[in-house]
Amino acid sequence: MEATTLGVVIKAIIILAIISAIAGFGTYLERKVLAFMQRRLGPMHVGPYGLMQILADGIKLFTKEDIIPQNANRLIFALAPVITAATAFIALSAVPVFPDFTIPSWIPLLGGTFVPSIAADINIGILFVLGMMAAGLYGPLLAGMAQANKWGIIGAARTAVQFLSYEVVTGLSILAPIMIVGSLSLVDFNNYSSEHGWLMFTQPVAFVLFLIGGFAETNRTPFDLLEHEAEVVSGYATEYSGMRWGMFFIGEYANMITVSVLSAVVFMGGYNDMWFLPGWLAIILKIAFVFFLMLWVRASWPHVRPNQLMWLCWKVLMPIAVINVVVTGIVIMV
Amino acid sequence: MYEQIAFYLFSMLTVILFLITVMSKNVLYAMTSLASGMVLISGFFFILGAEFLGVVQLIVYVGAVMALYSFAMMFFDATRSIKEKNTSSALVFLLGGMSALVLVLMFAAPIFSENIQALYPMHPEAGNAQDVGIVLFTKYLIPFEVAAVMLLVAMIAGIILAGKKMDRSLTQDMSVDMEKEIMIQKDAK
Repeated sequence: MEATTLGVVIKAIIILAIISAIAGFGTYLERKVLAFMQRRLGPMHVGPYGLMQILADGIKLFTKEDIIPQNANRLIFALAPVITAATAFIALSAVPVFPDFTIPSWIPLLGGTFVPSIAADINIGILFVLGMMAAGLYGPLLAGMAQANKWGIIGAARTAVQFLSYEVVTGLSILAPIMIVGSLSLVDFNNYSSEHGWLMFTQPVAFVLFLIGGFAETNRTPFDLLEHEAEVVSGYATEYSGMRWGMFFIGEYANMITVSVLSAVVFMGGYNDMWFLPGWLAIILKIAFVFFLMLWVRASWPHVRPNQLMWLCWKVLMPIAVINVVVTGIVIMV
Repeated sequence: MYEQIAFYLFSMLTVILFLITVMSKNVLYAMTSLASGMVLISGFFFILGAEFLGVVQLIVYVGAVMALYSFAMMFFDATRSIKEKNTSSALVFLLGGMSALVLVLMFAAPIFSENIQALYPMHPEAGNAQDVGIVLFTKYLIPFEVAAVMLLVAMIAGIILAGKKMDRSLTQDMSVDMEKEIMIQKDAK
């Protein structure tokens, strides 16, 4: 079925609404998971079992005073959070988030509209997503440079270091699956794994490397150098308050979801039916598992220093990724 | 119609952003407008249907400008304007105008000639990345390999320039090592 303009617009609104809601709910999940792993209770007071905590947090974020420091570059300072949030959602426009569906015809105005699973179905989906997520790092970089704060500058410098480290690993690790499938389209990855099984088992090295790169890309804990409270106060977000800080937060959680979707579609079989599970439930479970993995790792390991990150990426992971690409090439040729 | 709207929007924004890059005295404005201009240029590739080139433009320039930012961070105070030293604005104007004129003539020439035609037409069924790959590894193999060798040379040169004394730690006390070295030299004598 052909995607109409109206369908794409509806899809975009759905992605914006649902993903920002999930991003908010993700903070609750993160606090609960971390709490249980550390034998605490986590948020318990607002609503039953602390479920309304997200509402309280939202009210706090919206009503907090919005402060711009005196010597800051006001325009760039205001622009930076928007870059983070916008690029996170633009990246989501090229990944399949929910399955196709048609709006039932009893709904007035919109009845019968076909809503595609991917908002922008381009042939080079995977590169577009990675490029857009890379562009998202301009948010922390500009924020750190614009706020006239030394912790901010350190946060911005760490952003540049982190970007230059992980970018090579992510690109090279995803190259081997691309060589096997022979396409850059995420739909082709999905179709390949329905015929030949999950790429996770034929490309285990690439899967692990991609996960490590994804952790660095989303600033998850082993690599959360940009705003590590114990070292640089809050890094690039030191001077931010209220909704501007909230936009950084939403962007970060949307990026986590994007990385989860990418690893689910590329390495874990995508939205194909699995045993008795229908496809849409299978992919939601996979995405939830990768999301849970990120929280699990955060609860288990301390974070690394910037020089350790560079050492890891350039001296360990990059050679492994190159060897993986060469071996994959030889296997394909033979 | 959407394509025309998108084209005029992108071209207007690109020109404005690159003007800011040239005119602005604040390094933060200049770098930000450069980066966003580069990202907007990838929009033109998407309009033309060259999706692969568009994404490559996005990835390459996002990374490249990010490296430029780190230099700007080291050399300038990003929140203040920079005082520029212009020796002769007439000369700058003349040279800039001349090169702009040459560029306009170069890019306007194909409009007036009838001989222009696509030597390697696209195959819509194969996709963009495959087309680029086929042309790159048949017709343009030698330029491709030469570029690869040049990049290798640049990488080795970079490692040699930056790699002096990389076996030593910058944070540890150097004086202990220096004393040991002096002792060794004395012993050798």
